[in-house]
Amino acid sequence: MVETLFKPGHTACAGCGQAIGARLVIDTAGKNTIIANNTGCLEVFSTKYPESSWGVPWIHSLFENCAAVASGIEAGLRFLGKKDSINIIAQAGDGGTADIGLQAISGMFERGHDVLYVCYDNEAYMNTGIQRSGLTPTLTDTTTSPSGTGSEGNPRPKKPMPEIAAAHGIPYVATASVGYPQDVQKKVKKALSIKGPKYLQIHVPCPLGWRHEPGLTFDVAKLAVETGLYPIFEYENGQMIPRKIAKIKPVEEYLKVQGRFRHLIKNPEAIKKVQAIADANIQKYNLKAEA
Amino acid sequence: MKNFIEGSHAVAEIVKKCRPGVISAYPITPQTHIVEDLAKMIADKEFEAQFVNVESEHSAASVVLGAEATGVRSYTATSSQGLLLMAEVVFNIAGLRLPVVMTTANRAVSAPINIWNDQQDVMAVRDSGWVLLFAESIQETVDLHVQAYRLAEDPRVMLPVMVNMDGFILTHGMEVVDMPAQEEVDKFLPAYKTAYKLDVDDPKTMGFLADPDYYMEIRYMVQETHREILKIIPEVASEFKKAFKRESAGLIEGYCLEDAEQIFVAMGSVCGTIRDAVDELRKKGKKAGMLKVISYRPFPKEAIIAALSKAKEVAVVDKSISLGGFGPLYTDLSSALSSLGPRMPKMSGFVVGLGGRDITLMTISEVYEKLSSKQTDCAFLGLRQELLGGVNG
Repeated sequence: MVETLFKPGHTACAGCGQAIGARLVIDTAGKNTIIANNTGCLEVFSTKYPESSWGVPWIHSLFENCAAVASGIEAGLRFLGKKDSINIIAQAGDGGTADIGLQAISGMFERGHDVLYVCYDNEAYMNTGIQRSGLTPTLTDTTTSPSGTGSEGNPRPKKPMPEIAAAHGIPYVATASVGYPQDVQKKVKKALSIKGPKYLQIHVPCPLGWRHEPGLTFDVAKLAVETGLYPIFEYENGQMIPRKIAKIKPVEEYLKVQGRFRHLIKNPEAIKKVQAIADANIQKYNLKAEA
Repeated sequence: MKNFIEGSHAVAEIVKKCRPGVISAYPITPQTHIVEDLAKMIADKEFEAQFVNVESEHSAASVVLGAEATGVRSYTATSSQGLLLMAEVVFNIAGLRLPVVMTTANRAVSAPINIWNDQQDVMAVRDSGWVLLFAESIQETVDLHVQAYRLAEDPRVMLPVMVNMDGFILTHGMEVVDMPAQEEVDKFLPAYKTAYKLDVDDPKTMGFLADPDYYMEIRYMVQETHREILKIIPEVASEFKKAFKRESAGLIEGYCLEDAEQIFVAMGSVCGTIRDAVDELRKKGKKAGMLKVISYRPFPKEAIIAALSKAKEVAVVDKSISLGGFGPLYTDLSSALSSLGPRMPKMSGFVVGLGGRDITLMTISEVYEKLSSKQTDCAFLGLRQELLGGVNG
């Protein structure tokens, strides 16, 4: 069996992108790591008493405070003189990050704690039943932004979390996708080699909430990147470095495999709106590979 | 050494002597002097600690939660709205069995906004699992902090402890304080050592999801620990007496109780005023006495029954109110004394001093006067009738 610090036996759904992402992160970080975890699917499916999947010290406190708890862990280790040998990771879903946890994250960034913050972005409150979050994409059908005769789904764009993180002047910000596992590993390694606060946002498909086949997790994740809907990039010391797309695909290919966008398929105007978002990303982040 | 000092400074001084490794706080009146003093002491290298300036009380509590989880003694202080904002984390710290110590500079809660003293704030976290101690004087506040860490970190306890001190009255008041020496504190309070921590060499999961098959037992264990603490608090107080050569704290304290027929029951600084009122009444030949509740959680039911069982009339003086119900202390006492059956003294509840309204000897003598008349559940004393207009008929 493969050695892992995120042990099997947890109760994540088949094809869960977050479980794949969390395992990539901790196995890259290694055993000298302490994790503070917000409330959410990951916490629920990995630590049902009296069992735990975690092979590293791990603490869950509340929905919105993992950045502050991690700050306290860092202060404690600093007092003990142990900080330099131990990684601290604060991790949460998109709601715990961009909505309810934003204030605590901002405080952690501003104070300069040596913590890697990882946001597993599955683009809605999946743990409570697929409600809209600040990172739910435009025109997504969720249980609290349903499509209907008077609505095309979530009317608002994703909150620009990576830019918000970067605006704090922290040394490293990156986005990644479980569709590209080696890229996730590379970024975790790089982030942990840098002192200070780091922000990594990983796109993690949720078969249940996105309504796609569990076997398609990697394909869906890749399509999000290849269409330009989920730009992958790094901000290092203010410099933005994009992951280029060799062959840009039309957004329809991404939308049609997911139930959360089914209401858009026979609506060319709506598809145009989503395509415009992808096009804007491609331009803004300079995603197109040179011919 | 005896010094004439401000309450907040005295708290900062004793917290320093307890050697916390991490302090985190967010400013709120009237807690500010405590954390300002601690920040300055660290800046002046009077002691080594990490001072984490946070963006909210929610994060202050979360930071000490995280720090305490690494096995490092931690401290925070707050008041009023700050405690209410912390409330979610306050419950969590107790549930995680982390022995944090916090000072609450008790203050009224909004609305209307009011920065002055009463004890409404702490009542919002009454049921959180924290040990709740109330100080009457600055001296007692100092002594309670040393005892608080000793109690919290006792392996039989492993629960957080809150020291309540009345805002302004104690935080900004001045008093001659016998400040324990560093060596004495070090001896009474050894360095905190625990295996229950986040340790990469012994990885543990903290903060599980517990389903209906497990949750109730875990909560019951906290309740059982509180029962145990009723025995440990007197132990700690007696150790304190041995170490510091003076008596301080414990579960309750009586004043002129031996032959008392009318007994006031209260918590915090108002007990000082009541002592004077009892003296006045005694001069007039009245058999008055006072029972001070120091440990509000755990609630020392047996000790209170023993102290009050011979009283004819009991007046509970609350500085908070469960709106729509009664004063919280009155409710607890009624429930405790009901076990006396027909021997239960006549109990009356009074609500005084909300939002900093002065509690004078006159207020206490009004309580005394009312004791012999019709029993009352929660009579507000000192109301300005002219402001109430039609409200009060």
